[in-house]
Amino acid sequence: MVGYVFRKVFHTAFVAFGVATLVFAALRLSGDPAATMLPGDASVDELVALRRQLGLDRPLWLQYLAFLGGALTGDFGTSFRHQQPALPLVLERLPATLELAGAALVLAVALALPLGILAAVYRGRIVDVVAMAFAVVGQATPYFWMGIMLILVVSVELGWLPTSGRGGVERLILPAITLGTHFAASLARLTRTSMLEVFGQQFVTTARAKGLSEWSVVLGHTLKNAAVPIITLIGLQFGTLLGGAVVTETIFAWPGVGRLAVQSVFVRDYPVVQAGVFVLALTFVAINLLVDLLYGVLDPRIRRE
Amino acid sequence: MSEAVALAVPAPARRRNVPWTVVLPAIPVLLAVLLAGLAPWIAPHSPISGDLALRLKPPVWQEAGNADRLLGTDLLGRDLLSRLIWGARVSLLIALAATLIGSVAGSIVGLVAGFYRGTADTVLTKLIDVQLAFPFVLLAIAVVAVAGPSIGVLVVVLAIGAWVGHARIVRGLVLSLRERDYVQAALALGAGTPRILVRHLVPEVLSTIIVLATFDVGRIIILESTLSFLGLGVQPPTPSWGSDLRDAAVYVRQAWWTAAFPGFAIMLVVLAINLLGDGLRDWLDPRTVRARGNERT
Repeated sequence: MVGYVFRKVFHTAFVAFGVATLVFAALRLSGDPAATMLPGDASVDELVALRRQLGLDRPLWLQYLAFLGGALTGDFGTSFRHQQPALPLVLERLPATLELAGAALVLAVALALPLGILAAVYRGRIVDVVAMAFAVVGQATPYFWMGIMLILVVSVELGWLPTSGRGGVERLILPAITLGTHFAASLARLTRTSMLEVFGQQFVTTARAKGLSEWSVVLGHTLKNAAVPIITLIGLQFGTLLGGAVVTETIFAWPGVGRLAVQSVFVRDYPVVQAGVFVLALTFVAINLLVDLLYGVLDPRIRRE
Repeated sequence: MSEAVALAVPAPARRRNVPWTVVLPAIPVLLAVLLAGLAPWIAPHSPISGDLALRLKPPVWQEAGNADRLLGTDLLGRDLLSRLIWGARVSLLIALAATLIGSVAGSIVGLVAGFYRGTADTVLTKLIDVQLAFPFVLLAIAVVAVAGPSIGVLVVVLAIGAWVGHARIVRGLVLSLRERDYVQAALALGAGTPRILVRHLVPEVLSTIIVLATFDVGRIIILESTLSFLGLGVQPPTPSWGSDLRDAAVYVRQAWWTAAFPGFAIMLVVLAINLLGDGLRDWLDPRTVRARGNERT
């Protein structure tokens, strides 16, 4: 197990380095930040001065090293707009994003697992049809449209829940539903497929032959063995949730990292964009590490690979 | 008995009878493509210039509706139906272009890496790991932040999002295919690498690529509309389902229809594309055919 943990941590460090490189490449190779920051009638001298001030006149490899060094020490520069270091600005909004993504995750799992299990147990029956109809429609619905429609129906027409901001469970419900539905849809489908696969195996037949109750076979034997792909998807999808949080936060004025990053794009506040993107990506990488380690605990065969 | 033979024989028969699981979802998809293609001729009004006297008119079945504006109008008095039809053109074109670029590039990389293995393959696998470890929307935000929002940038960014899946799956398939007897036989007969790749491996992985690409079109339509909704994609006044929803979100209380219809259009088209992908996978992909064969025995 120690070797497994060590390998996974090493891999994660490599991926984190790759993520930093990708952020650098995306932000430096896709254009000239100095040119987009200045007004259209700025002179060449102003451009040169700004490029020097931002360190953009240095060779690319030097910029890259400086960026890596900054990422390691948590220094992403100073926000142009807030006149504060960019990283603390991002970090103080991270709990809000994690709260939203966590709530969406819990909601999705609570909905999708029973739905997927029921669909598998009653395969081909009405429960299965309804569950899978929910799943395909859920997968085709964009987050932002779902959010707008929820606001329209639940908040504006029915007046049941507030439309925006953070604080209190009532403000968390709509954003969590918005963010969680898409995930619940794919998780329900996968749960159904994984359950059906395990149902066909011999130990399930044996469990039934022993005279165990059907639900003990389903929950005790089948679900436990169908768990690895399900947990894989939960781990992988958490990243998608962080991405979806960007949209959901924008719709519901949720004060998280994603909304900050999008707003910063519009005011060309690159240090904050950079720090926000990096922090969210790193959060995702860290969660993947946790999931990988959890596998090792769940399935001893994986440790030996 | 070799699997390749078993698969090769029934293929023509299978291909002649297109199952209803493919035909049915293909109908709305083709309809959307047709509407998009014929936009200049069938859209009843201009998507760009509106009639300010007819601002925020509800759909025709509501009391205040206007018979000439079937789905109502937006804040600038533009006909919603016309914007939807023109928006289909923009959204579908971007999605198709990005899918095409992403899947061709990804498949070539996957073919080469899977066939040659070695250092190129190791580097590629790491690169895929890194990109998959990165929520795609964030990458798009970073690129658009510097490059600025435009349709060209959008297509490139979305293609970058699509290539990984193709590279990973094609590589995996080729890794196992290259050990098959028929590939080894071709090698032994002195066939060159390009010939083996094009004549023997591409046909084997093509159906998988088509299925993947179908799902990608649906995924990319959602991604494009998401980026446009955030203001990082298609810019006004160009009609696009996502950017129309961005405007509509602001005055959704006064005019529900401006937000409801573009989103509904996205949902229907993506739903049909996803179902088409499901149908195509069951029909074309030899791996599922084999899996189903096992299920029966």
